[in-house]
Amino acid sequence: MAKVPVQFRLNGSDRAAFADPADNLLTVLRRGLNDFGPKYGCGQGTCGTCSVLVDGELRLACLTLAASCEGASIETVSGMADGPNLHPLQQAFMEHFAAQCGFCTPGMLTAAKALLARNPNPSRDEIIDGIAGNICRCTGYEPIIAAIESVARGAAAGQRR
Amino acid sequence: MARFRGRGMASVNYPIGMNLGGDPSQALIHSNPDGKFTVALSAIDLGQGMKQVTRQVAAETLGVPIEDVYVDTADSDTGPHDMGSFASRGTHRMGNAVIAAAREARGVLLEAAAEELEVNAADLVTDGKGNIHVKGAPSRSITVRATAQAAQFKQGKTIAGRGIFLIPLSSVDPETGEMNPNTAFAHACLVADVEVDDETGEVTVLGMNSAYELGRVINPKMVEQQLVGGAWMGISHALYETPEPYYPNPDHGPRDFNEYLMPGPGDIAPYSIAILERPAPDGPFGGKGPGEMCANPVLPAIANAVYNAVGVRVNDLPITPEKILRGIRANGGAKPQARRGGAL
Amino acid sequence: MMEFRKDLFSNERDDDLNVVGKGVQRQDAPGHVTGRSPFFDDHAFEGLLHLKVVRSPHPHARIRRIDISAAERAPGVKRILRGADVPVNRNTLLSLINFGKDDEPTLAVDKVRYIGEPIVAIIAESEAQALAARALVRLEYEPLPAVFDVEEALKPGAPVINDIYPGNYFEYHEKYDHQKLRFGDVERGFAMADHIVEDRYQMSPIEHAPTETNGSIAAPEQNDRFVVHSCAQGLFFSLGTAAKIVNLDSNRLHFIGGTVGGGFGGKVDSLTEPLSILGAMMTGRPVRYVLDREEEMLYGSPRGAERIYIKDGIARDGRILARQIRSYFDAGAYTRLSSYAAIKCTAHLPGPYTIPNVASDIYVAYTNRCPSTAMRGFGITAVDFALEVHMDKGAEACGLDPMEFRILNAYRDGDMKAHRRVAKNTALIECVQVAAEKARWPISDEARRQSSLTGGGGARAEIPATPIDENGRINRPETRGGRPTQTLPAGTMRIPLTKQPIMEGSTENRPKAPAVPQYEPYRPAAAAPPPPAPAYTPPPPSAPPPAPAPAAAPSASPAPASQHGAHRFSSVFGTRRR
Repeated sequence: MAKVPVQFRLNGSDRAAFADPADNLLTVLRRGLNDFGPKYGCGQGTCGTCSVLVDGELRLACLTLAASCEGASIETVSGMADGPNLHPLQQAFMEHFAAQCGFCTPGMLTAAKALLARNPNPSRDEIIDGIAGNICRCTGYEPIIAAIESVARGAAAGQRR
Repeated sequence: MARFRGRGMASVNYPIGMNLGGDPSQALIHSNPDGKFTVALSAIDLGQGMKQVTRQVAAETLGVPIEDVYVDTADSDTGPHDMGSFASRGTHRMGNAVIAAAREARGVLLEAAAEELEVNAADLVTDGKGNIHVKGAPSRSITVRATAQAAQFKQGKTIAGRGIFLIPLSSVDPETGEMNPNTAFAHACLVADVEVDDETGEVTVLGMNSAYELGRVINPKMVEQQLVGGAWMGISHALYETPEPYYPNPDHGPRDFNEYLMPGPGDIAPYSIAILERPAPDGPFGGKGPGEMCANPVLPAIANAVYNAVGVRVNDLPITPEKILRGIRANGGAKPQARRGGAL
Repeated sequence: MMEFRKDLFSNERDDDLNVVGKGVQRQDAPGHVTGRSPFFDDHAFEGLLHLKVVRSPHPHARIRRIDISAAERAPGVKRILRGADVPVNRNTLLSLINFGKDDEPTLAVDKVRYIGEPIVAIIAESEAQALAARALVRLEYEPLPAVFDVEEALKPGAPVINDIYPGNYFEYHEKYDHQKLRFGDVERGFAMADHIVEDRYQMSPIEHAPTETNGSIAAPEQNDRFVVHSCAQGLFFSLGTAAKIVNLDSNRLHFIGGTVGGGFGGKVDSLTEPLSILGAMMTGRPVRYVLDREEEMLYGSPRGAERIYIKDGIARDGRILARQIRSYFDAGAYTRLSSYAAIKCTAHLPGPYTIPNVASDIYVAYTNRCPSTAMRGFGITAVDFALEVHMDKGAEACGLDPMEFRILNAYRDGDMKAHRRVAKNTALIECVQVAAEKARWPISDEARRQSSLTGGGGARAEIPATPIDENGRINRPETRGGRPTQTLPAGTMRIPLTKQPIMEGSTENRPKAPAVPQYEPYRPAAAAPPPPAPAYTPPPPSAPPPAPAPAAAPSASPAPASQHGAHRFSSVFGTRRR
C-alpha cells in the first residue's frame, strides 16, 4: 500500500510523516515521529494509555487514523511541561505518589488535563468519570484521584483569590 | 429484596525472598571526583520502587545526602548479577547488597578524609549533609566533595564498593518437608466491611482496616503505594478477575479489558492502615518487603465478610454474583450472621 | 490513610536514621510524569522488523504438517522461523538454578499442548505484513484428547500431556509425585479433636494484566553482540534463558531494562526475548516482538489455579490440634515455575499458627492449558485464601470470635514450625490486636494482653515423633494412599541448618555503623525459653478445656534418625536432562 504524507502540529511544532492509510495515530507518533510518550496498552481502545489531545479533544491514539489528523494540533504528555517547568498536574502526580510503574501515567495525565480544561472544578465523581477510560494496575486509583483533586481545588482557590 | 452488611477478617504472614535461598544479588557503587555517587545494579523496577529503595539505603549507609546518590539500573554491561524482582526479594536481598557495597565505599571515603585531616579513620563520622568530621569535634571537618577530590587527584584512591547478599541454598527432605526456607516474615491482619445485595448478588466493599508489620519501613510513601494498590488488586481477585470463569472448563474466557473485569476508580473503598515495624534480623536496616502480601488478606477477609452478611460460603474464587445467588437460593434466603463490633 | 504504631516493638528499633524511613520522592517520578521513562518499546531503530507468531488453535494435537511456502512469498516477509531454527529448542526456566528437566520448546515441533502455543514466527517489515503472512501459514493437526482438570490429569490412563513428565505430575527428589510435609501425627490429632472441619477450595487462575504487555526489541550491536531491550523482571534471568536457547555466550548479549510497566510475576518467563534475538541473528536487523493485548490476556501465562483440601481437628477450647492439607497446582502444559511454588507453599503451611500435628501433600499437575507462572504471592495467595476462610469456619465450629481464634492459635517467638525450624521475629498477634482496635472489633482483655514475644517456645519448640510414608512413589501408583511405613523419633532433623546472616538494625546486633553481613551460630530458642504467657482462655466456649495433647506414642518400629549431612544439590532440585 502506498504511504501517504501526514502533517500536523505536535506539541507546538510542525511535524510530517509518511504513513500507511491504515496506520493509527499511535503508530505514527511512536514509530514515525519517535514520540514515545503515548503508550501501547491494548490497541483496542480499552486501556487509555495512548490518550492524546487532538485539537483539544481527548482521543485514543490507537483508534484514531493518522490520516484523519491532517492539519490538526496534537498534544501528548511529552509536551505537557512548559519547558523545564512541570504542569501542575505533573507536579501533583509526583507529590501524591500517583505513579508506580508509570506506564499508565501519560494517559492518565492527558485525561486529567482534558477534564480540567472542560471542567476546572470537578467533583470527586466527575474526576472518577474523567479517568474511567484509563486502567491503572498498580495504584488502586486513590492517589491519582487525590492528585487531580488537589490541582482542581488549587486552581479553584486561585480563581477565588 | 435487601442489602445486607457483613464484616470479615483474615490474618497472614509472608515469606520474604526466594523460598530456599540461593538467590544472590550484587551491587556496585562508585563516586565521581566531586563526591557524587552512582549505584550500578541490574535490578528491575516494575513500579514497586526498586530504584528509590536502593537509593535511600545507599545514601543512609554512605552517610551522604539523598541528592548525592543516583541508582543506575538495569544494564547487563554495567550492573552486576541479580536474580530479579520477584518473591518480595528486592528490598531485602538487593537492599543488603547495596549496604555491603556502600560500606566498602564509605570505608575508602573515611580513609581518604582521615588522611586529609590527619586523624584516625575510626574517629570520623558523617553528618548526612555532605560533611565528614571528627566524632565530638565538628569543627575538625572536611566535605565529602573535598575528600573525593583528594582521593581521586591526590591520594589515588578509588571511592567505590562491591556488595553481594546471599542466603545460602537449602535442600528439602523428601519425606518430611524439612527445610531452611525464608529467613524473614512480614505479618498482616485485615478487616473488610461489605454490603451484599440478595437480589443481584453484587458485593460492594464499603471499607477496610488493616495492620501490617513490615520490618523497618524504608520509605513510608512507597509502602502506602504498595498497600493501597495491593488491596485494590485483592478486591479485584476476590470479586472479579478470572480468565476462566467456569474453571476447569476453559471456555467463556475474556479476551480484552472489556471482558476481563477489574474494579474501576469508582469502585474503590476507604482503607485505613496501621504500620508496625519489628525489624528483621537479616533485613536492610531491618526491612522486609510488602510487595506481594498486600493483596493476600483481602481475598479471605471479603469471603468471610460475605458469609457474615448473607450466610453464604463461597469457596471458589472469584466470588461472583452468580455464586452468591446460588448460595442464597440453596439456603432458602439470606442468613445474616452475628454483627461484629463497629461494623459499618 | 496510613498511620504508624511506633509504640510497638520500639525497643527493637532506633528511629534515628537520616533518610531511611523518610517518604522522599521517587527517583523515577520525573520520568514517569513527563513520559520520559524508557520502557523497552520506547527505543527508535532504523530498519526495525516486527515478529508475530502462529499459535495453536488446539489444546492438544499432533502437528502433521507445517507449510510456510505461501507465507514466505507474502509482501514484506523477511524470515520465517520454525522449531528447527531454534538452536536449543527445549528449556525449563529453572534450569538456571538446576531445578527440573527441560520440558518446553520455544516453537512447538511435533505436538502442541495448549491453545496459543507458538509454532511459527514470522518476521516482516511491518506488523500488518507479519499479521497478513501469519494467515497464510498452513498447518495440519491431528487432535488428541485433552485434560483440563488437575485431579483427572493424575488418574491412571489420563492422556500424557508433557512427555518429559509422563505421569502428568512434577517429580520431586527423583522419588515422589508430590512434595510432602509431615510434622507430628495428624491422625492422632484428629482422634483427640472435638471438632473436625473439612472443606475444598478453588483458587481461580488470574491474568497479570500489566498495562504494558510483554515484549522485547533485539538488535545487532557493535562488536558482534546483540542489544536487547527487555521488560524482564529478572534481567540476568532472562539473559541466561535467552543465551541458552539461542546458544550464545552470555557476553554476546547486552540486556537493557529495569523500567517495566508492571509485571506482577508475568514478566519472569522470557516469553519474547529468545525469538527477538534469534530474529536479529537471522536477519541482521533489529527485531521487535510485542504481545498484543489479546495474546497477553490469553497466552501470556496466568497465575495458576490451585485446588486445596483442608481438614482441621480442633479442641473444644479452640486450639487446633491437627491440620491436613492436600493441594493441586495447575501448571498448565509445562513446568515454568510451578514446581518451586509448591515447595514455597509447603514451607508456608500450616499458616502463621502453631499446630502440633501438620501434614500436607502438594502436587504440581500438568493440564492442556497455557502454562501458569509466578504471580504476586506465588505459592501463598491461594493457600492463604483457603486457610483463612477455613479459620473462619473453625472459629464458628468451636464458638469463638474469629479474632480470638487467631490470637489463640497464632505462632509466637520460639515456636517450632512444621518445616522444623524455630519461629522468630513474629508479629501476628500484634497485627490482629491493632486491626481489631482500628476496626472497633471488640476482643477480650485477655486477647489484648497476648504477645508474640512471650508464651512461645518450651513444649511448643519441640519436634514431635512423626509417622512418615512412601505414598506416591514415581511410576508406582500402587503406593498411593499407602499407610505410614515408619515413625521418626521426636526431635529428628535431617537437613543441615543454614547459617543466617544478621544485619545491623536488629536487636541481635544493635545499630552502630551499617555492618556487612555477620554470621552467627544457630541458637535453638528452646535453649532459653521466653517466660510463659499467662494462661489465655478466650471467651465463649462453655466446656472446660481438655488436657493438653499427650506426647505422640513411640513408634512401632523406630527407624534411626537419619543424620546424614548435606543432601546432594540435585536432591532438592531434581535432575536436569538436556
